[in-house]
Amino acid sequence: MEVAELQGISSQIRRDIVRMVADVQSGHPGGSLGCADFFTVLYFETMKLDPKNFQMDGADEDLFFLSNGHISPVIYSTLAHRGFFDKSELATFRLIDSRLQGHPSPAKNLPGVRIATGSLGQGLSVAIGAAQAKKLNGDQNIVYTLHGDGELQEGQIWEAAMYAAGNKVDNLIATVDYNHKQIDGDIDEVLPMGDLAQKWQAFGWEVLEMDGHNHQEIIDTLAKAKAMCGNGKPIVIIMTTIMGNGVDFMMHTHKWHGSAPSQEQKEIALAQLPETLGDY
Amino acid sequence: MKDIEVIDHKDTRSGFGAGLEELGKTNPNVVALCADLTGSLKMNAFKDQNPERFFQAGIAEANMIGMAAGLTIGGKIPFTGTFANFSTGRVYDQIRQSVAYSNKNVKICASHAGLTLGEDGATHQILEDIGLMKMLPNMTVISPCDYNETKAATIAIAEHNGPVYLRFGRPKVPNFTDPNKKFVIGKADIINEGKDVTIIATGHLVWKAIEAGKALLEKGINPEIINVHTIKPFDEETVLNSINKTKCVVTAEEHMMNGGLGDTVSQLLARKLPSPLEMVAVNDTFGESGKGEELLTKYGINTKDVIAAAERAIQRK
Repeated sequence: MEVAELQGISSQIRRDIVRMVADVQSGHPGGSLGCADFFTVLYFETMKLDPKNFQMDGADEDLFFLSNGHISPVIYSTLAHRGFFDKSELATFRLIDSRLQGHPSPAKNLPGVRIATGSLGQGLSVAIGAAQAKKLNGDQNIVYTLHGDGELQEGQIWEAAMYAAGNKVDNLIATVDYNHKQIDGDIDEVLPMGDLAQKWQAFGWEVLEMDGHNHQEIIDTLAKAKAMCGNGKPIVIIMTTIMGNGVDFMMHTHKWHGSAPSQEQKEIALAQLPETLGDY
Repeated sequence: MKDIEVIDHKDTRSGFGAGLEELGKTNPNVVALCADLTGSLKMNAFKDQNPERFFQAGIAEANMIGMAAGLTIGGKIPFTGTFANFSTGRVYDQIRQSVAYSNKNVKICASHAGLTLGEDGATHQILEDIGLMKMLPNMTVISPCDYNETKAATIAIAEHNGPVYLRFGRPKVPNFTDPNKKFVIGKADIINEGKDVTIIATGHLVWKAIEAGKALLEKGINPEIINVHTIKPFDEETVLNSINKTKCVVTAEEHMMNGGLGDTVSQLLARKLPSPLEMVAVNDTFGESGKGEELLTKYGINTKDVIAAAERAIQRK
């Protein structure tokens, strides 16, 4: 797919995020907007998927686990436009009886979601288990994850990091959304994490870095990571992003981590985000 | 009361190990994970015979539970093994979100439950685990009474699709159930048909209830003794039928009163059949170091406590 086309999809996903969160007046727009470009490339370019025939076991497909489940708007919009379910369902986000729970869950059988996430730090362990099952099944496909940078403050992440390297789980590509922001403020104010790349390297991971808003760079880095699989080491990509990217008044602040824009703010935001695939 | 023959004395954890070893031979989807307690959990046979299906998690229980949830996605049936304390309280949120809410086919197998862990003391003697696990939607909670039943339960839960908590213990105790009996999840076993009082027990306290029953018979009291190996789903029918007959009940368990078997029975009776109930359980206190039998006595959950509770229950009719 051409980069321009991918950029158009990202713009539509950002429109959906803003509308979903504004319409229900709850949800997490900041991190969702920041990861829209990554999700576009991952789901429309990188991963081997069968959206029309979703199976829990994901046999002979790549798998993705969203560990920082609070950025659910971005995965819901991505899944809908990729064909896992109809985009009209995005209008039910966070409403009673919806399959689009505040944080993703398989409890309501939403195609594309294989594990509940929201309580942070658990997705990497789940992904390792799924990756080990792929090896036992002789399935050569890859398991991908996404984590917030603040999420790395959870100890379970480092239990999992130690396990994956020590046991050569080399069919696993984790990505960290390094936007330097969490609910209470800048990560360096809340709990400084030092040199993230060095930490992952010290745990035995291959570390790549990329600009999470450059579609070509995301395509190339994910391809490079895939080519590095099977060499005895798990891979992590530290992805630099801007929380709230694409909406000028939401950028460079933690304020929109978990706050919804007003109807007026929504219109200002949408004016900055061209409609490309059609609104839900 | 029919004579109950003790076949031998064995630890229930060895029943788990034997069941897991058999599953290793019969079910290629069964995998096992352990958090640095392979010997204590008696998982060595499975590990040695199926090294590719055994995952040593190290002392990292949260990661172990998450990996188990992930393994189910590829169609595996993971059995996790560590002490009951580290299987539940330490990883409650991982079980809640990645296993129970996600409804994953994980079997959480927990040894050294309760006071009879002994000398290691209160840090390791969890008495809240049944309560923690039974509160979780989708979770099945099983607490077998001896070696044979634990082995049968281990094999049975592999055939059940959904999260299971399987609780067993450390000490060698009388092994008396029929080794050929099929384990039926959710079906309580009437060990002795009686008429004067119903004694409902689980885990190690089932044998104590049998001992108490013999003593009660000598006093002219004929107790109905029920082994509730499945705390959830609870066999309401068998229990209510019995209490309809005997009109009073004793519960006995190596667990905290809050949240345990007695708690389940009291809720049931309050809703459907108000009856005198006496609970033999640990009453809102932590344990301590000591020998298992000494601790059961000190904390009021040994044979004599079951006998006294039965007499109190009958007096309240």
